[in-house]
Amino acid sequence: MRKLRLASYWASACGGCDVAILDTNEHILDIAAVADIVFWPVAVDFKYSDVEAYDDRSIDVCLFHGAVRNSENEHLARLLRQKSEVLVAFGSCAVSGGIPALANFKRREDILNRVYRESPSTENPESVLPQPHFTAGDITLDLPDFYRRVYALDDIVPVDYYLPGCPPTPERIWEVFEVIVSGQLPPAGSTVGVADHSLCHECSRVKKEKKVKTFYRPHEIIPDRENCLLEQGLICLGPVTRGGCGARCIAANMACRGCYGPMPGIIDQGAKFISTLGSIIDEDRVEDAGAVIDRIVDPAGTFFRFSMAKSLLKGARQP
Amino acid sequence: MASGKAVDAVFRVDPPPAAKKLRELYYSSHYIHSHIAHFYALAAPDFVMGPDADPAVRNILGVVGKVGLETGAAVIKHRAMAQEIQALLAGKATHPVWTLPGGVSKGLSREEAGRVQKVADSQVEFARFSLQIFNDVVLANSGYVDIILSDAYRLETSYMGLVDSANRVNFYDGSVRIVGPDGVETGRYRAPEYLEHVAEHVEPWSYLKFPYLRKTGWTGFREGRDSGIYQAAPLARLNAADGMATPLAQEACEKMYATLGGRPVHAVLAQHWARLVELLYAAERLRELAHDPEITSDEIRIIPREVPREGVGIVEAPRGTLTHHYVTDERGIVLKANLIVGTTNNNAPIYMAIKKAATAAIRPGVEITRGLLNLVEMAFRAYDPCFSCATHALTGDLPLKVLVFDAWGDLVRELT
Amino acid sequence: MDVFEPKIIGFLCNWCSYAGADLAGVSRLQYPPNFRAIRLMCTGRIDPTFVFKALAEGADGVLIAGCHPGDCHYTEGNLNAARRYHLMMKVLEDFGVERGRVRLEWISAAEGPLFAKVIRDFTEIVRALGPFNQAAESGAGDTVCAS
Ligand code: SF4
Ligand code: SF4
Ligand code: SF4
Ligand code: FES
Repeated sequence: MRKLRLASYWASACGGCDVAILDTNEHILDIAAVADIVFWPVAVDFKYSDVEAYDDRSIDVCLFHGAVRNSENEHLARLLRQKSEVLVAFGSCAVSGGIPALANFKRREDILNRVYRESPSTENPESVLPQPHFTAGDITLDLPDFYRRVYALDDIVPVDYYLPGCPPTPERIWEVFEVIVSGQLPPAGSTVGVADHSLCHECSRVKKEKKVKTFYRPHEIIPDRENCLLEQGLICLGPVTRGGCGARCIAANMACRGCYGPMPGIIDQGAKFISTLGSIIDEDRVEDAGAVIDRIVDPAGTFFRFSMAKSLLKGARQP
Repeated sequence: MASGKAVDAVFRVDPPPAAKKLRELYYSSHYIHSHIAHFYALAAPDFVMGPDADPAVRNILGVVGKVGLETGAAVIKHRAMAQEIQALLAGKATHPVWTLPGGVSKGLSREEAGRVQKVADSQVEFARFSLQIFNDVVLANSGYVDIILSDAYRLETSYMGLVDSANRVNFYDGSVRIVGPDGVETGRYRAPEYLEHVAEHVEPWSYLKFPYLRKTGWTGFREGRDSGIYQAAPLARLNAADGMATPLAQEACEKMYATLGGRPVHAVLAQHWARLVELLYAAERLRELAHDPEITSDEIRIIPREVPREGVGIVEAPRGTLTHHYVTDERGIVLKANLIVGTTNNNAPIYMAIKKAATAAIRPGVEITRGLLNLVEMAFRAYDPCFSCATHALTGDLPLKVLVFDAWGDLVRELT
Repeated sequence: MDVFEPKIIGFLCNWCSYAGADLAGVSRLQYPPNFRAIRLMCTGRIDPTFVFKALAEGADGVLIAGCHPGDCHYTEGNLNAARRYHLMMKVLEDFGVERGRVRLEWISAAEGPLFAKVIRDFTEIVRALGPFNQAAESGAGDTVCAS
């Protein structure tokens, strides 16, 4: 059998998705047995120019992690789309913006100002900002253009499969890889490496009636390890989040933050979660319910932690 | 981990001793995973395969092919076990959801501690084995030793690293100690005082800022005692300390300095050796903590009672001193943050190291090959495979572009 | 310059507010034509997703209207709606959506005049706020949007 040609690339990413691929551990050798890695900046020394020289669609599968935040990210997204037969949005950042897309609550100017002018360790008497095109003598140095907001991969190019998670768990990555090798690909556009049920379904905690009298923040209580965290008053996104991770955070006695993305059929994970919480608050008088709700701080950042770029509103409206 | 310590400070709460030990245990395991990955996947290809080997094989898979499947399997197994311990405590090895102001969310059962003990024993052996490989493959090859000690990879700057009260390397806690290029202490600070010692310079041609020693000031890209440039990461940590807190690592550390001509060592590529010394320390420390009776205590959290406001947390990340500084509102929601992350510390040194390596390698009459360019990149890889975390909001590997000019300033070649 | 005519979407419960709107209509009460009604059986059916989607797809204001507390035909539907509304408004605020753009009202089947007044007031408030530009627009200038 011809060896597969595999690529992996990080755009606006933290590197955790690369580590997750390495975490398939001994399977890395199985992968190497059936695939040639033709581009993987963190581990293999091929360069952009090598990829440019490849034939169109000659990479069988490209795992693209990271969101798109600048012109270099966009350029590579387009290049890898052109060179790849199958493009996978790998990890929450590529799927839905992930943590980087929380920056969509802020204006680009404010971000640049904070980092390069205002932060207390910065000494910048001349108020210099990084320049996309910097000229010294007759050399021009180009830096990537820092975009106004953060995009998910499919805002830029068509994507064949989505593999969510921050990062996706190694078990799921390996399963998806086995499917790729088998050639039995699911329909294009599918979300892979996930369950069709909610995280609550695979969470082993005891669930009773979901009725909550008050909410707590993670540092305010020590929850027991047996009962549903949401019923104990912790904001757990389990009900609106896809299963697949094996309830990892719950195992550490912490609530789910929603990295596996919305359940099938939900178009906006955060908006749906508002709906869920609205129905479980155990107060009938509107004012009392309001007081309970006011104990939830930073609801937007919490409910859209991984899905900001794909939320219906895309980001905060900038004055 | 730095953010965990920063929120302790924000909420003005001191975690119970067991929680601190658990955090350090977790963090030792994190170091093991990170250092194994950095050494075997990023550094070893250059040394085991040779700097000018074909990129198709100059990678971890090529290394496995050459050192044998058995060694390859041991590398993978030990990195995997290090990740397993992190996941055991924190749910996930990457992006743990486990530190909270005042402690950690989950402890270690007696049974789990037993598992950690077993893993730690194996990690100590593996770290020694890795040092042996370094000895056999790199040190036994005088060609490599010459490269390591050559002027092309020598950078004389100040160094920075976290030390305990006896000035020994510590990853989780202590004071940051700064030594000059002559190895003499020039500064020392606890987390809240970081702004008195470190500042960052901005250049229009880089999204990444350039930290320097505030007391010396920004003096440009210069080496030496009067320059504000300092380095962080493994070699710098060893240079900034007087030794290691565990016996085998101390021995390995002494051997390194004896071989390379005493403290401090300015050879950029000795970074890889220092990394392995740290690997051994992390493994030994993991073993010590796993045997500590307090590690299975239930006292792992204190609920904070103070009104949160501002805090700084510092740890040593595998790639350098990591500082998190938050200012919050009275609910603890971050209003302002300032981070100086591992590799950012080394930004100026990386540019300087690359320039030196390039100047040495690219000379009239020498044909510019990919192997030669790789010699330049090796200066970079000593520090960090990834600039992504170091650029805050920005990302991407910085593609290295070499423009070669002739004596009249005309561009003769451009390589990327 | 063209006068800005806001687009307003209303989610109305079948039993009270939709009937109230009907009454306003048959009574020939005047209210601005900017309003487009979507009928639901109960406000309890309203998922904040509807409101987000309306705003994302061009609405400048969204009205949710249902039976007065205690009068919901499904007992608790409007309570649910009120709790969701309260939380949703906090979220929308963080998204930079002005408070005036989304509104919750209790309007019974008999309150035709009230319905007409709410629409008149609301239209003016939204008109004063100006068009709702979605955040996606703030990406204008990124090369992504150009291609
Ligand atoms: S999805 Fe998570 S692990 Fe992957 S790149 Fe994004 S932040 Fe990192
Ligand atoms: S809400 Fe969270 S803790 Fe409760 S069952 Fe669902 S996933 Fe488990
Ligand atoms: S529990 Fe939730 S946040 Fe944690 S890994 Fe699973 S989906 Fe992600
Ligand atoms: S039926 Fe009108 S609000 Fe429920």
